[in-house]
Amino acid sequence: MGEQDKRIQEAKAQWAGGNPDLDKLTRSTDWGDPVEPLYTPEQAEGLDYLDESGFPGEYPFVRGIYPSMYLGRPWTIRQYSGYDSPQDTNRRFRYLLEQGQTGLSVAFDLPTQIGYDSDHQMSAGEVGKVGVPVDTLEDMEVIFDGLPLDKLSTSMTINAPSAVLLAMYVSIGLKQGLDPGVLRGTLQNDILKEYTVRGTYIFPPEPSIRLITDIFAYCGQNAPRFNTINVAGYHMREAGCSAVQEIAFSFSNAIAYIEAGLAAGLDIDSFAPRISWIFNTANKIFEEVAKYRAARRIWAELLKERFGAKNPRSWMLRFHTQTSGASLTAQQPFNNAIRVAYQTLAAVLGGAQSIAACSYDEALSLPTEESVRTSLRTQQVLLEEAGVTDTIDPLGGSYYVESLCQQMYKRIKELMDQVEEMGGAVAAIESGFIQKEIESRAYQTQRDIESGEQVVVGVNKYQIEEKPPVGLAKANPQAERDQLERLAAVKARRSADRVERTLAAVRDTAQGDGNLLPAIIEAVQAYASLGEICGVLREEFGEYQPVKTI
Amino acid sequence: MQRRIRVLAAKPGLDGHDRGIKVVCAALKDAGMEVVYTGLRQTPEAIVSAALQEDVDVIALSTLSGAHNEHLPKVAGLLQERGGEGILLIAGGIVPAEDRPALKEAGVSEIFGPGASINEITSFISEQASPTA
Repeated sequence: MGEQDKRIQEAKAQWAGGNPDLDKLTRSTDWGDPVEPLYTPEQAEGLDYLDESGFPGEYPFVRGIYPSMYLGRPWTIRQYSGYDSPQDTNRRFRYLLEQGQTGLSVAFDLPTQIGYDSDHQMSAGEVGKVGVPVDTLEDMEVIFDGLPLDKLSTSMTINAPSAVLLAMYVSIGLKQGLDPGVLRGTLQNDILKEYTVRGTYIFPPEPSIRLITDIFAYCGQNAPRFNTINVAGYHMREAGCSAVQEIAFSFSNAIAYIEAGLAAGLDIDSFAPRISWIFNTANKIFEEVAKYRAARRIWAELLKERFGAKNPRSWMLRFHTQTSGASLTAQQPFNNAIRVAYQTLAAVLGGAQSIAACSYDEALSLPTEESVRTSLRTQQVLLEEAGVTDTIDPLGGSYYVESLCQQMYKRIKELMDQVEEMGGAVAAIESGFIQKEIESRAYQTQRDIESGEQVVVGVNKYQIEEKPPVGLAKANPQAERDQLERLAAVKARRSADRVERTLAAVRDTAQGDGNLLPAIIEAVQAYASLGEICGVLREEFGEYQPVKTI
Repeated sequence: MQRRIRVLAAKPGLDGHDRGIKVVCAALKDAGMEVVYTGLRQTPEAIVSAALQEDVDVIALSTLSGAHNEHLPKVAGLLQERGGEGILLIAGGIVPAEDRPALKEAGVSEIFGPGASINEITSFISEQASPTA
């Protein structure tokens, strides 16, 4: 310890001695470690700046994945949208782009996400509700009408049927005269978290992971600018887990995908650069920033050291983040705009590549055009007025944030090791471990809110008498009927022979071990429906049976 | 002595958001009730059959996808058809205020929205459910 450090320590002891009540004021982090009342240089000591922090754009990327970060290029403003019908969604997309949004993010309805056509009996009441329905290629043609795919990047929140939506996107590109090689976009394609928290699974783990590695291989050769997977911590956090669990569980899922890719004979650097992420930015600003800085380092080390990746792009944790939906309240909904703004600030200070800010009315209904515009403006105010992008990683070197960052680094790795010891993510899910960890924490959080230990402004403190909210968005009651008519018309118009032939080819490929993408692309172009293609795969692969945890 | 209150909890339709219902299940168990959770993607038919078979006093449904007007009245209707009128039917999730009167008319006793406490839900069930021996 140097002379100066000694003097700081002595002075701190003296200061603490003069303020004996401070010890009682110790709080705790989201994951349960103590937060000290004051951080001074010695808590950030032991940080080897060059090895453990380094420079932006350089390994291990703690300070950001690009050398110039937001000075060179702002983050992508990418609001999640899609509702009612392909026509309405196309209109919303055009509106958002006119208003300065820089990337698209498609929300699909639940039947689409679960591989049912709109006319399936399980789809009744769900068509067009939480997103846009896609039955056949025609629906995607309408959604992207007038939107040149070579000028856009499109993120699609689709998991089990990712291969079908990718096939449709590639086919739209071809219709616009574009080679798949120029397409930029992202598939969520992260099935493991569907089993634990999100629920839109179809097939069991093994064939599901085969579909994922087929997409890795297809895009590696044909659409190298497409992010083949968007591994999600977001939904586990929404379901109740901590910031540490969010990173540890999602990294463990990613390890399962990487191992499957390697087992399928792919070279790590042929697919790792196209692994992207979606995380949840919640309320505790400094912890969220520390989370992202620690996560970048762990990912870089994992890819370089454990998987031997040589391409620096394989080492980079490129992430999208959405602010926390679970933090939004139905009570005093305008308060949510403030929560969203702070969370968006944390995302920017954490070095996100792309951000979706929730809308203040989302605890009540789908957002209105006005509330969506407000969240877009929240991002634009941060970007263009608040000065937070004037220098790179402005919180780097904060005694507190660096200390949190080291603590999280350690905690995340401990939990990843624990999952590893259980046999990896798939085994940890099949045993119910991950689900139970998340569920018990969600229950604890609820009890803390009810006891008042955790404050939720407007819910358990500062409540007011409120009138029912007015002016909320309403689902169009006609949308489901319209979609059924459109689907019937496509089915009547298409060549039944061609549909039958291409679906048979999908079945043949599913029975063997060839890449499914070419056959699915043929089927999609014959206007075989998503439900028909997934139906064939359901017959061949079977369906996932959830693990009971209650 | 009255037997314990038996509750069937389920997610009707395709919605996968189950944080809320799982928290409620844990709370009802802690309050001494017997809870059967049937999980995701339940049809109204499956819910009502399970409720009758398990001889429950309460059905608790959770829906956040906006499909409540489709699923909840169907469950209520089937209950009446099949002799389950005595079963208390409650729901939770995102259900706009303007949709509530019609759902209550159809037979849903109470709807708990975002911010509802587990105490409220547990008390409501304890007061309203009538366990039959």
